[in-house]
Amino acid sequence: MADIVLDKVTKSYPDGTIAVHGIDLEIADGEFIILVGPSGCGKSTTLNMIAGLEDITSGELRIAGVRVNDKAPKDRDIAMVFQSYALYPNMTVRENMAFPLKLAKLPKAEIDKKVNDAAKVLELTDYLDRKPANLSGGQRQRVAMGRAIVRSPKAFLMDEPLSNLDAKLRVQMRTQVSRLQKQLGTTTVYVTHDQTEAMTLGDRVVVMRAGHIQQVGDPQTLYDNPVNLFVAGFIGSPSMNFLPATVEQGKLITPLGDLPIGARLQRMLAAGDAPKQLVLGIRPEHFEDAALVDEAQRAKGFEFTAPVDLIESMGSDKYVYFTLEGGAAAAADLEDLAADAGGADLPHDAANLVTRLSAESRLREGADAEVWLNLDKIHLFDPADGRNITLHEGRAAGVTAG
Amino acid sequence: MNSKLKWGVLDVIVVVFALVPVLWIVSLSFKTTATLTDGNFIPREWTFDNYQLIFQTDQFVRALINSIGIALISTLIAVVLGTMAAYAISRLDFPGKSLLVGVSLLIAMFPQVSLVSPLFNIERNTGLFDTWPGLILPYITFALPLAIYTLSAFFKQIPWDLEKAAKMDGATQGEAFRKVIAPLAAPGVFTTAILVFIFCWNDFLFAISLTSTEQSRTVPVALSFFTGASQFEDPTGAISAAAVVITIPIILFVLFFQRRIVAGLTSGAVKG
Repeated sequence: MADIVLDKVTKSYPDGTIAVHGIDLEIADGEFIILVGPSGCGKSTTLNMIAGLEDITSGELRIAGVRVNDKAPKDRDIAMVFQSYALYPNMTVRENMAFPLKLAKLPKAEIDKKVNDAAKVLELTDYLDRKPANLSGGQRQRVAMGRAIVRSPKAFLMDEPLSNLDAKLRVQMRTQVSRLQKQLGTTTVYVTHDQTEAMTLGDRVVVMRAGHIQQVGDPQTLYDNPVNLFVAGFIGSPSMNFLPATVEQGKLITPLGDLPIGARLQRMLAAGDAPKQLVLGIRPEHFEDAALVDEAQRAKGFEFTAPVDLIESMGSDKYVYFTLEGGAAAAADLEDLAADAGGADLPHDAANLVTRLSAESRLREGADAEVWLNLDKIHLFDPADGRNITLHEGRAAGVTAG
Repeated sequence: MNSKLKWGVLDVIVVVFALVPVLWIVSLSFKTTATLTDGNFIPREWTFDNYQLIFQTDQFVRALINSIGIALISTLIAVVLGTMAAYAISRLDFPGKSLLVGVSLLIAMFPQVSLVSPLFNIERNTGLFDTWPGLILPYITFALPLAIYTLSAFFKQIPWDLEKAAKMDGATQGEAFRKVIAPLAAPGVFTTAILVFIFCWNDFLFAISLTSTEQSRTVPVALSFFTGASQFEDPTGAISAAAVVITIPIILFVLFFQRRIVAGLTSGAVKG
């Protein structure tokens, strides 16, 4: 077990493309850290550099305090689980799991014991003499995990290990991975493009984009206090709503209506270089059916009326969709997010709003609805650089704070 | 049904066309000198004289040893070199890679006839003429492009993740190759070995041009020098028997390695 430190680690290729731009990251001993981001953000490259499968162009990588830049993967004492599982098809499950131990020249009795123990933990005992071809996807995935844990390495690296499983199995394996990591207490770096995995698994999440780290923090911090538009849009499902907003006479003009602004934000926006066009961000759960909000709360928030497009009842809550007049928010970050979600070609002329309301809500499709929104929870972003301007000393303060 | 019948008839024609000459040679090899030309497909009088005769002549036995030795050594060297070259070509990006592939393709396409005279002179001057290495060298040269091409196709099918996994599991580059990649490439290696062996075994052009004595003459050449025990004896029966005998090693070779060529050996390695 060990800590892993990335000190200005950069990866560039001979053709000049830079996959990873000088990343600084300290991973504590025993920590479960997630690298998340859209495809091409450099998360897998970073993992491969930690593994030693790719050279580090510049910067330093230290495992347990020792510089390992020039060490071969086998001398770094870390295990890796691949997206494709990469099981050796010519070997049985037992041989697959024993392979790293055999290479380490352990005595046979010890190898047998370790393999049997790992098989027991992963419920693979009955399959030890099968070939990978005769296993299901979930079983293959567990064999891949088994091959990693038998060695008790300093760290685990996992490269989207669950993305080839079907949805139900993925949820099941997610909890198993999480439990296993807590049980073993081994430092783990986990790469995924799935923000749900990122939120549920990690002690800390690193959001990456185009080779840069956007934000590092525990899942709740990332969710509540995103530093920029990209993180705000990437974390959370359904994702945050983004609406265009302009500042006029001390008010925020938005498709929802004119929102009041608190004194601190007033001062900030009055400065000469303050952006006039802003992007307003509100998470779906910060809306509520106005009829269900008590008087005291209602006064602190803001209410608007809009026709309901569609209602999806999830049992525990209702997702209510609105279409608002006044156009959608525009920013480079938003286009990136849309491209990643595969929705780049959706119409952008109207703003779509997703709200998550109580299940008791009596709203109906087609009818006008009175919706309340929590002003303390909304974010404002500068469309030019995506910065969250409502962040005060690292915490989101809403727009009304004094 | 109709198309099945059509294909069936076509198959039979092809098989008959391919097998009749072979069976004919077999038939001839069992005929006595007197009945050789009687035109019967099945010999009226069976005899093993022809076989006894060819194994009594020193000429044939010696040629058989030469053939087996030269073909096996050439195959071994070509496959080992080809495996390493193909692995490098399919896995690594090194300067001059496309040049190497291009040149090896060029060699494979070069008409061998045009090389015979220069090779003859070179070997005469270097003392390789009429020796085993004198044949092994050109065989390797012409078999290597074939080996590299076949093998690199096989290597490309092996998921690269397996090699990465082996390295993460603590293997050196060499161990990853020996313990993970090579076993998976085995079907390809054996296929290549068969092709190279057959190429070396069947060669006539180099064998007749670059040899002059029994010291290194291979069977296809020795056959062409076959005469009867006396000038007046018809060597047809003996030639047929020899032709049958030299087919046997190829059949054995293919049968032996065929068991190792298991299709779909890599299934289950990755998600698929």
